[in-house]
Amino acid sequence: MAVTLTINGQRRDFDASPEMPLLWFLRDVAGLTGTKFGCAAGLCGACSVLMDGVRVFGCQTPVGDAVGKSITTIEGLTQQPLGKALVEAWNEVDVVQCGYCQPGQIVAAASLIATNPKPDDAAIDAGMSGNICRCGTYPRIRAAIHRAAQIHAGEPA
Amino acid sequence: MTGTTRRDVLIGSGLFSAALMVPVAFGSSRSRAAGAPSLAGNTWLGVDAQGRVTLALPKTEMGQGILTTITMIAAEELAVRPVDVVVSIPDGDSVRFAPIDQGTGGSTSVREVWQPLREAGARARIALVNAGARQWGVPAAECDAHDGAVVHRPSGKVLAYAALVAAAAAAPLPTEAPVRPASAYAVIGKSHRRLDGDAKARGVAEYGIDVVVPGMKYAAISVSPIFGGKLAGVDEAAARAVQGVTGVIRGADVVYVVGDNTWAVRQGITAAKAQWTADAASTGTQQAGVIAAVAAALDKPGFVAATSGDLEAARVGAAHRFSATYTQPFLAHATMEPANCVAHVHDGQCEIWTGSQIPGDARKAAAKRLGLPLDKVTLHNRLMGGGFGRRLEADMVERCVDLAKQVPFPVKLIWSREEDMSHDWYRPAYADHIDIAIGADGKIAAWEHKIAGSSIMARLLGPAFKGVDDDAVEGAITPIYPARARKVTFQQQESLVPTSWWRGVGPLRSAFVMESAIDEVAHQVGADPIAFRLAHIEDPRARAVLEQARDKAGWGTAVAPGVGRGVAVIHLWDTYMAAVAEVTVDKDHQIAVKTVTVVVDCGQAVNPSGVAAQIDSGIIFGTAGALYGEVTIANGRVEQSNFHDYRVLRMNEAPVIHTTLIDNHEKPGGMGEPPNAVIFPALANAVFAATGKRLRNLPLQKGLEAG
Repeated sequence: MAVTLTINGQRRDFDASPEMPLLWFLRDVAGLTGTKFGCAAGLCGACSVLMDGVRVFGCQTPVGDAVGKSITTIEGLTQQPLGKALVEAWNEVDVVQCGYCQPGQIVAAASLIATNPKPDDAAIDAGMSGNICRCGTYPRIRAAIHRAAQIHAGEPA
Repeated sequence: MTGTTRRDVLIGSGLFSAALMVPVAFGSSRSRAAGAPSLAGNTWLGVDAQGRVTLALPKTEMGQGILTTITMIAAEELAVRPVDVVVSIPDGDSVRFAPIDQGTGGSTSVREVWQPLREAGARARIALVNAGARQWGVPAAECDAHDGAVVHRPSGKVLAYAALVAAAAAAPLPTEAPVRPASAYAVIGKSHRRLDGDAKARGVAEYGIDVVVPGMKYAAISVSPIFGGKLAGVDEAAARAVQGVTGVIRGADVVYVVGDNTWAVRQGITAAKAQWTADAASTGTQQAGVIAAVAAALDKPGFVAATSGDLEAARVGAAHRFSATYTQPFLAHATMEPANCVAHVHDGQCEIWTGSQIPGDARKAAAKRLGLPLDKVTLHNRLMGGGFGRRLEADMVERCVDLAKQVPFPVKLIWSREEDMSHDWYRPAYADHIDIAIGADGKIAAWEHKIAGSSIMARLLGPAFKGVDDDAVEGAITPIYPARARKVTFQQQESLVPTSWWRGVGPLRSAFVMESAIDEVAHQVGADPIAFRLAHIEDPRARAVLEQARDKAGWGTAVAPGVGRGVAVIHLWDTYMAAVAEVTVDKDHQIAVKTVTVVVDCGQAVNPSGVAAQIDSGIIFGTAGALYGEVTIANGRVEQSNFHDYRVLRMNEAPVIHTTLIDNHEKPGGMGEPPNAVIFPALANAVFAATGKRLRNLPLQKGLEAG
């Protein structure tokens, strides 16, 4: 059936079941593969997207719940100032390894910084522990979030 | 001994003609399709007509950063910036890269490519320099390559590679082409940002799971959850009733549901409610029985992997005698990207898209499965969302082509996390017995090490296997502790649980046992664990990493109650590494790893930032494995299914890691596995220091809770 969704600022009609999780809708129907499948159980955060600016797990969010909301994926986030600051910090700190979890990490970090512009380590632990990285990039993610907060606030390194 | 190692198996043998290279950009805005090189340094490194250095990556990128590392080495020899190299991820091809192979494991990549890559680069560079010298009519000795151009030093004249590549290619390649000396390095040894980092961070890098082929359908898979089980029934009507499901396909031990999107086929596979049958041997396979059989195998004589001196004679008059048995469980890989593959079988040929650590061998496996000539099968390799050895197996490709040959369209097969977790090829469960005698002179008089467990090499070698698994005994037969007499044996003990490579495999197992045992001996004789090690280690590089780790970790300073420091030192994969882990254990016996101090001597570090990243990676991956990692079997099934019951480390649990790199120009060592191997014993030793409890059976958290 037809659903109207706003994804990365664009309002479009799609043919999809309202029960379909946003994860599979984004990847298979909308063609936005930056949102990753990791567990489909809300355990790993690889499918994180922003819904009205707040991180949700795409695997746990039916398309029907997104109707009338603004969905931002990694592809859209990285066109915005906060997303650009995060990618810049990620590159500066050289965070990425396999990279598969990183779009989800960056979406979670955006949600964190949006509500807490200068998160300390404890706030980072609390905001980021829903996202698993098997390569062990956590130390560099932590450093990159501090750096992204600086960049976003317009502060020097 | 068979003399065959994991590295030999990975290299394999090229028996078929090469397929055409189909370059695949890795998704960065900077990547461009690589043109055919005009000037070929070898079959995978050259300079194209536009003067661009082109590199077909001879190893596979699973997160370890080898794309960047290898590009840096190429850039060094060809005097360009790493970002200027056009890198492609080539199709699976067993011939093109000979004598090395695309197979990526065993911490071998830099060690394998280091010499042939630099030699190929040097040949191409000197061919360009000679072409420039000929054009100017000056001695080649007065010319050098710099920033993508040849420079005549006395006159300052410059010619870009683009202007010289045709002339260089027309002349025979130089036979004398010395590689750049370390003193001249402009790229090697200087930290470089990962070349694939930006594309991955922005979500535009393409992994196997992201591949979309026109006309493609999606599929879900359910394999018998019981080892050796067969499909007994499927509610096909229920599966087909799901909107978007277009087909149900049965195999002997598998059912696939095909449809228009992943959501449809995931619902369909659940609705199919597959029924399975298995014999009593399968359904009767229990964790306790499997583990007991491995431990009991230690009582067999075993096959001798190494022996020197007279063990019994050396034990006579020993001042101290120590013996203990250690066990280590099955482990899953749990890569973030679950197993997946896209395949299209049509008109007597097959095209495959996946992320594989063995693209050449996976292509062969597909051809064999389909009964097609190898030249009719193409495997387009992609970036991998983690490997850790999981993608050294080709089962995802084999299962996908089994399906693809039955449907008239390309199909993307994705394993659910539960399917991935319960149908892994697990790190073998092992048991080790070690018996150490310290002589009256304080030296190690006798060292006996018996190893039992599943043999991965036996599976791969077939009849050529002669009893000793050379991977399983790696490290055990070359310890850093000299002994007057030594004996190491291996005894194979299989179960129905499939086993394979898991980041470190045999040496990882050996490191836990040997570094736990030496720690126990030190405590038994009342010595400081580091001082005791240093009293025995002769290798100066091993001593240096241990001494620096001791000093940087504040070893010997007071710690609060419940806090303990543990040490381990290894020389494995041509790398020396020492780690001091500091842990706290609370009143509920919960272990938290606060800091890990690592000192590494991996010879010439190509990319220091990449080396440090691998240390973060191995320490965190290994901490998860040592504290929590365990796959268990009940009634012939794996009990774990997802991240709720196969615990891995999260941000709030990650230790602070202090890394020191000893800078030298020795031959490069491997970096993918050493940090993972060093942390297991360091943590066990730290828990002992914190609690007085010696845990000889992994995982540590479970052992501590068991009391």
